[in-house]
Amino acid sequence: MSELARESSMQRPHEAPTQRAVPAQVRPYRPRVSRFWWLRRRSYLLFVLRELSSVFVAWFVVYLLLLVDAVYQGPDPYRRFLEWSGRPWVLVLNMVALAFVLLHAITWFNLAPKAMVLRMQGRRVPARLVAAAHFAAWGVASGVVAWIVLGGL
Amino acid sequence: MARRSSSEAIGWLLFSAGGMVSALLVPVLLLLFGVVFPLGLLAPPEHAHLSAVLRHPFIRIALFVLCMLSLLHWAHRFRYTLHDGLQLKQLNKLINLLCYGGVVAGSSWAAFVLFG
Repeated sequence: MSELARESSMQRPHEAPTQRAVPAQVRPYRPRVSRFWWLRRRSYLLFVLRELSSVFVAWFVVYLLLLVDAVYQGPDPYRRFLEWSGRPWVLVLNMVALAFVLLHAITWFNLAPKAMVLRMQGRRVPARLVAAAHFAAWGVASGVVAWIVLGGL
Repeated sequence: MARRSSSEAIGWLLFSAGGMVSALLVPVLLLLFGVVFPLGLLAPPEHAHLSAVLRHPFIRIALFVLCMLSLLHWAHRFRYTLHDGLQLKQLNKLINLLCYGGVVAGSSWAAFVLFG
């Protein structure tokens, strides 16, 4: 209704007739979308949660840099960082962040076969194999990182 | 038009690279340093060991790339979440400024911490 009212109020009587003679106003059609369209379906919600996982990836960068900075500054700042990381709100935040980051990783590797089409000897590599290779790479990368952090290197 | 599409392609490439490295490396790091060590499930690494690892040039470069690409990935996704998710199309310029400004600020901080 308000759209219609605005439309008619734009055609003021004192405007030049040539302008008024233009039959239909050329305006792109923009369907109205609710700000909360993503609450309507589970798949929409999952999509938005997946997109929101990026916020927790950014939080991780902040957390990592705080850790690295503390380690560079010496044993005492490192110990203070470890104490701080055990505070309830930091721990809860990191648990939520971990859930979102896992959602990111799983959805990312599941989508990988759609993003990359590999061909071997003229045949398309099956999507499942591409996804499985990504999950395997994830496992290897995680193992190497854990090995380095826990004292292997 | 060609210029625009090539810059968009670079944007997508960086977004994908960031999505890939963050998916591969962030879960294990966050699991260890954010949950396992604070909960005491495993003893956190000694300072001497962690310090030696973090001073290795390869690790410094790897962590810098991880930080920068992860932030680019965040900026790209978050921009579209605000744009499409919350229908904030009229705030497009401000959103872009905040997101990519965040990438520049975060990457500079990472460079300062890792190489400063």
